[in-house]
Amino acid sequence: MIRHAISNLNAWLAILAVVVSSSSGDVLLSRAMKQIGDLGALRARRGIAFVVLLMLRNRYFLLGVGCMAVSFYSLLFGLSWNDVSLIGPAAASLTFVANAIAAKIFLHEHVDGRRWAAALLVAAGVVLMAF
Amino acid sequence: MNFRKYLVLAGVTVFAPVGDSLLAYGMKQVGNISLHDFGSLLLAISNPWVGLGIVFLLGFFASYMSALSWADLTYVLPASSLGYVLLALIARFALHERVSLMRWLGISLVSSGVGFVTTGPEITRRPPRRPTISENPAAEHS
Repeated sequence: MIRHAISNLNAWLAILAVVVSSSSGDVLLSRAMKQIGDLGALRARRGIAFVVLLMLRNRYFLLGVGCMAVSFYSLLFGLSWNDVSLIGPAAASLTFVANAIAAKIFLHEHVDGRRWAAALLVAAGVVLMAF
Repeated sequence: MNFRKYLVLAGVTVFAPVGDSLLAYGMKQVGNISLHDFGSLLLAISNPWVGLGIVFLLGFFASYMSALSWADLTYVLPASSLGYVLLALIARFALHERVSLMRWLGISLVSSGVGFVTTGPEITRRPPRRPTISENPAAEHS
């Protein structure tokens, strides 16, 4: 009984860690890419090596990749405590909603009704797809 | 939105599920790897399916970064979630797995979400105070 509760607690802590680190990573990567500008136009003008160098010199990009690594290992940790059918959809769907909130607060994106509806529909769809 | 941008979104959508599927297929061939046996984990890359999966996931990352450079995060994520649908279709028609009614319902919800977001503008954020590096190469030194 206690072991089952600990297993569930660890799984939900892992889901929370995945959602927070994944959303932070997405927000940081998005900010980095907006600072650099349209990668396609930049690559056409200066070449792929220049674009890669710019990305590697951007601190938001490096922090974002670090957050994604934390998210990946949190997912692995969660999978060691509970089934993929719980961890996968729960983490993915909550991340969609968390991303919409984080993008509105930190990136000042205009998240209108259409985008909220899209995030919630996709989140609900991801949960149903686990069955 | 132009053709190139739709192509980038298609890259985000297709590369991730195909890469994941190739990795899963390759890792089934490699077999279970213990956490203490790090060498075997490195050797797993020599499996052609795992190697190809990594190439596809690199393609996903490049497309994802490119999409984020000209579109909002709240546009790219739902728009590229068709990958979940693609994964279910691969499972049903290529791997001949059984797809339940609930999963088809989930697929229709994801597709509706994608439909909602892609009919709107891809960027809504206020323009940056200073020009980006792609607009003004001098900005990279500032």
